Amino acid sequence: MNILVFAEQIDGSFKKSAFEAVSYASQIAQAHNGNVTAVVPGNVADDKLAELALYGANKIVSVKHDNLNRFNAETYTKVICNVASAEGSSIVVISNTYSGKSLAPRVAARLKAGIASGVISMPNTNSGFVVRRNVFSGKAFADVNLTTPIKVLAITPNTFNTLENAQAVNIVNAESGLTDADFTTKSVEINRVTGKIPLTEAEIVISGGRGLKGPENWHLVEDLANALGAATACSKPVSDMHWRPHSEHVGQTGITIKPNLYIAIGISGAIQHLAGVSSSKVIVAINKDPEAPFFKAADYGIVGDAFEIMPKIIEAAKAFKVG
Amino acid sequence: MKILVCVSNVPDTTTKVIFTENNTQFNTAGVQFIINPYDELSLTRGLELTEKLGGTVTVITVGLADTEASIRKALAIGATDAVRINATPTDAYFVAEQIAAYAKDQNFDLIFTGRESIDYNGGQVCGLLAEMLGLPSVNVITSIEIDGTIANVERDIDGGREKLTASLPLVVSAQKELTEPRIPNMRGIMAARTKPLTVVEPIATEATSASVGFELPASKGSVKLISVEDAGTLIGILHNEAKII
Repeated sequence: MNILVFAEQIDGSFKKSAFEAVSYASQIAQAHNGNVTAVVPGNVADDKLAELALYGANKIVSVKHDNLNRFNAETYTKVICNVASAEGSSIVVISNTYSGKSLAPRVAARLKAGIASGVISMPNTNSGFVVRRNVFSGKAFADVNLTTPIKVLAITPNTFNTLENAQAVNIVNAESGLTDADFTTKSVEINRVTGKIPLTEAEIVISGGRGLKGPENWHLVEDLANALGAATACSKPVSDMHWRPHSEHVGQTGITIKPNLYIAIGISGAIQHLAGVSSSKVIVAINKDPEAPFFKAADYGIVGDAFEIMPKIIEAAKAFKVG
Repeated sequence: MKILVCVSNVPDTTTKVIFTENNTQFNTAGVQFIINPYDELSLTRGLELTEKLGGTVTVITVGLADTEASIRKALAIGATDAVRINATPTDAYFVAEQIAAYAKDQNFDLIFTGRESIDYNGGQVCGLLAEMLGLPSVNVITSIEIDGTIANVERDIDGGREKLTASLPLVVSAQKELTEPRIPNMRGIMAARTKPLTVVEPIATEATSASVGFELPASKGSVKLISVEDAGTLIGILHNEAKII
């Protein structure tokens, strides 16, 4: 059995999500006596490609092409499906990053494969091919049986560990087979927020709500985030009032996150907000209302005035960092 | 400009999620269904584009007759006409196949989906549909402007944003910020009653997945409270007890 894994490169390097995907594929391979092929569209140097072997890739197919250096849903799909056909892959693993979310369904349609996205478990093959995924924005889990010969699994980033399982480095260069006419969408400009930790990748998230009374008080969130190396987030009302950008809104209609630690300051914990954060390992709620629903979902709570509480926590966090 | 907006009928965001039939069915008793919020953004942006450039906005949904309240709302907001494919939407692959079968000879210039439905969160219909129709797709867009046969779009990427150009016809999925949703007015509600709603029977397809069951997450134990005076001890507790920092 061949398992194909898409390893996403950004500017010629891999992010943790790519290694997670290779590790995931490698675990399936170990359980089913299979082998893992990693496919990498875009120009990546051999020493970088070799990193994929460290996590269990038996073969690394490098598809070099200047126009593939930036993610492109249509052409990446063609490249991946060509390799899947050549390798006879029966499972395709893709990390469900923003790029993965645009790619996985296209790959599934092209391979006429059943697809599960937002996967949070290894496949259970005792009866069929069942994977678990998040539904209702984290309010529940669903178990789905993929019934097609080929399966596409879009796995949730930050859910599976990267596991070293070094294989001999076997890099193969393959032609893309693409022409200019295939590139119907073109990237014009990329703006990445530099110096800030992306919310979806952050292990610690500090989040503020209406209880902070206005954007001028956000230093309370930012100072703690800086001290702990955390990302900042906010509740829906806060982004609706434009105190903070929409990109920071976590909740059912915003971003779903699952950091190790989520600290909510002045957020009541409405069901829609909890949906986006309830998978966090440890939740701390700070709110002046002892009846705030967040205290039912939190591991630790402080009932009181955030303006009194936060300076104490920030001071302790700074001391902790120094210590 | 001929625009198609794919609409999903989803439980209201305040819904308490409960499962029945030995955790195999979502309990819809007493649940209020709404247009998926991202689809509402798609619809509004579609209307804004046709107001500027001329054209029509067709809404399409895959669902049984009980979804017609949402369809009528979409018509009241301003859609030109509506199509309902008369089938239970079993999974995204099925939904995309049904919409593709309808759309393939309709010459739409632009097809909108939502970033994901807020119930099953697959986020798959945009990509599935685009590939089935052989069209380009751009996911999670926060902005779209049309310039002749080219769309200038912006999409969210991990840790930032990307500007792209794409040729029409094109399939996109709407992210927040695309626009602000519109609320139907009385005139729209009156007009919606007489706008065309076509019911189409589904095509035969083969299932690609089957739902096995659902589970609710384990509830948290009771919260440990720290006093305001001792707020600073939180950091030590997170380090020593929770071992999380």
